[in-house]
Amino acid sequence: MTRYLWLMIGLTAGVALLFVASLLVGPAKISPLVSLSALIWGDSGPLTLVMREIRLPRALLGIMVGASLGLCGAAMQGYLRNPLAEPGLIGVSGSAALGAVIAIQTGLTAAFALALPLAALAGAAVSVVLLFALAGPRGGSLTLILAGIAISALAGAFTALVLSLSPNPFAATEIVFWMMGSLADRSFLHVTLALPFILLGLALLLPLARGLDTLTLGEDAAAALGTHLLRLRLTLISGVAVMVGTATAVAGAVGFVGLVVPHLLRSAVGARPGKLLAASALGGAAMVLAADIAVRLILPGRDLKLGVLTAIVGAPLFLHLVYRTRRDGG
Amino acid sequence: MMLLALEDLTVLRGEVPVVDTVSLSIVPGEVVGLIGPNGAGKTTLMRGALGLLPHRGRSTLSALTPGERARFVTWLPQSREIAWPVSVETLVTLGRVPYGAGRTALSAEDARAVSAALDQMDLEVFRQRIATRLSGGEQARVLLARALAQETPLLLADEPVAGLDPAHQITTMEVFRRLAYDGRSVVVSLHDLGLAARFCTRLVMMDKGRLVADGMPGEVLSPERLASVFGITAWRADTPEGLVIQPTALSGSAP
Amino acid sequence: MRLLLCLIAGFVVALTQIGIGNAAPARVVSMNLCTDQLAMLLAAEGQLVSVSYLARDERSSAMARQAQNYPVNHGLAEEIFLLKPDLVIAGQFTSQTTVSMLKRLGMPVAIMSPAYALDDVRDRITEMGRHLGRERKAAELIAAFDAGLVALRDTSAKHSRRRPRAAVYAASGYVSGPESLSGAILDAAGFDNVAREAGVPVGGLLPLEQLVLLNPDLVVLPTPWPGASRSEEVLGHPALLALQDRTAAAPLTDRDWICGTPRVLNAIASLVNVRKKISEAP
Repeated sequence: MTRYLWLMIGLTAGVALLFVASLLVGPAKISPLVSLSALIWGDSGPLTLVMREIRLPRALLGIMVGASLGLCGAAMQGYLRNPLAEPGLIGVSGSAALGAVIAIQTGLTAAFALALPLAALAGAAVSVVLLFALAGPRGGSLTLILAGIAISALAGAFTALVLSLSPNPFAATEIVFWMMGSLADRSFLHVTLALPFILLGLALLLPLARGLDTLTLGEDAAAALGTHLLRLRLTLISGVAVMVGTATAVAGAVGFVGLVVPHLLRSAVGARPGKLLAASALGGAAMVLAADIAVRLILPGRDLKLGVLTAIVGAPLFLHLVYRTRRDGG
Repeated sequence: MMLLALEDLTVLRGEVPVVDTVSLSIVPGEVVGLIGPNGAGKTTLMRGALGLLPHRGRSTLSALTPGERARFVTWLPQSREIAWPVSVETLVTLGRVPYGAGRTALSAEDARAVSAALDQMDLEVFRQRIATRLSGGEQARVLLARALAQETPLLLADEPVAGLDPAHQITTMEVFRRLAYDGRSVVVSLHDLGLAARFCTRLVMMDKGRLVADGMPGEVLSPERLASVFGITAWRADTPEGLVIQPTALSGSAP
Repeated sequence: MRLLLCLIAGFVVALTQIGIGNAAPARVVSMNLCTDQLAMLLAAEGQLVSVSYLARDERSSAMARQAQNYPVNHGLAEEIFLLKPDLVIAGQFTSQTTVSMLKRLGMPVAIMSPAYALDDVRDRITEMGRHLGRERKAAELIAAFDAGLVALRDTSAKHSRRRPRAAVYAASGYVSGPESLSGAILDAAGFDNVAREAGVPVGGLLPLEQLVLLNPDLVVLPTPWPGASRSEEVLGHPALLALQDRTAAAPLTDRDWICGTPRVLNAIASLVNVRKKISEAP
């Protein structure tokens, strides 16, 4: 228990540090003290505008998107009892992106701002339901990954199709954003749009800890321990759809966060799926903040996509996990 | 007082009854051996009785809410699933979830139950080990310890001794006897007729989904039933230690 | 090897045809939005047989109405070949595969660069006049353009000595530098380009926060396209809107800004009006 407490304190401190670092990193070189004082005390000058309207929402979205992806990865893995279940890899983020793109290109979002997260949420929900149906309750790796590949490919193709049909010449070039994700030039509009949904997702997923713990013993034993499996599944689907949908709607599909973070934290929480939830939310926030700092340091002013970095870290780990799953005969 | 009452319990797979109008009741202090050949419906009977499968007929267990049921009956499934590399202690502590463990800090009562369960299954030395890295037999004992930690009046265990070494088979059956002595009851499905005869206070024999015999081990394990239900002959002897039964040959091939 | 020979042969034919072509070509096809407009301005009656489909697009083409009078092409080698032109005029960024295919088919192809400065506008008009054998018409057009430009510069200079600082900012945070046509328009209207301060010569991505910190007096944004795109979202960012609240209302860049034709005078004129307002403001 104390070890878990220390882990959570450490992760929270890490997120706080990265949050401040994210506020201080940008293409415009400004000294840290000057930027922070412009942020906190403020004036009508351009520096306050930069800190409050550009960097602050970006850092806040980094936390929200990262926490969503980390938490959803841990939740899906706990439910399917499979460390390969990751929203980006198995097509949940891709489907959310499709929902968002449809809402944007049909003009729905212009009429009604909430349409963006809602459509992305619907896209994510469809794919999670489909995946759970195809992979079965035990989430066999092979079916899960195969179904995920098919769903990703289909969602990606439809996203590209919808963007290509757009009368807007820029839309067609934006498939990269939806596939790889970015936090560049996001504003408080996106923060206020996403925040209620992210909080709802947290409220849905974090209480599933006990149920996911009992699933360690399999569905039957979990049910006999008093876990309401149907309710757990529905809550999990809703929570994942809400969080991945919203995160994708504002930042595009950022892959691998939900894979890397639970994997790194699993042994630190004694592999307990319940404890992994909150830890992965914090870890995910830290990872996305760090990746978003890195994209600005590596190629300042070029909008390197977030997903490029997370994939460079995550894909080798994924291969390692596939290898290990095969060796263990999973 | 009755711990479990089944009335005409029927579980269908498609149109076919896998458990066919079984009526049964369990009172405190019993170790009930559930025996029968493969596919007789032993597992389905227990899952149906728990309410984990849709069924016709009545079961006192499936009428309970999931929370009440978890504090009244423990289910130890045959599939020995340990999905994550958790410590033995963590795994056994899952048995305390029905009492709030995991939602709040572990109570002294929970800690006592976990230690007692580990102790009973001879696992105290494994407490901090990673459960998934133990051998198959050790994992089976860890899962049984988890079931014991739940400390419910009734325990349903599906082939808990399969794959255990003889010493631990006996340990396990003795643990069941002790539970019965303490006024609890155990329903245990078994393939080892020798253990069934030796340790169970009562045997329930199933064949093709039907309950074909229910009574004292000596009565249930009659040569006629062994031949008609299992298709075997067995050597049997009433010793001062109790009934000893050892299958010897297929009944068709007997001289 | 045969292919190579064919290519060389085709190239030689093309060269000789352009070389001999002092006689004005009778059937000219234009494949590029900007060459379309120059050709429409200069061509003799019946000389221009097709322009690109973009020439009819109200959003991109300053001469969409005139383009209705010409059949359009979609830049495909096959349709252009079937028009049997004796001169094809393409832009520098026309698909290279199409251009080399046309050359292989024995079409004479003239390739014209885009305009990056007001001097380039004159050069392109001259060049197009030469291709079409309409040198005299080209000279008239240049004279009119120069007169218009001088008039605008005079008006602009009257307003104020101080040159306000401005940026031409587009989707994805693309800023036009001083060595671009947009930059030249800005300069002619009497504005300093903040892209120069940011070290952007021709054009490139300028993160929004750098633009905000440069704090220009004017931000010229593009006319939004129909449909929506994430690239354009930055143009509605609250930080940019806040910046614009403090500055003068700017006209939006439009079809007059795209091609180096005399129509850029319209763009310069609209900016000169803004400069007047800025200098009149307290």
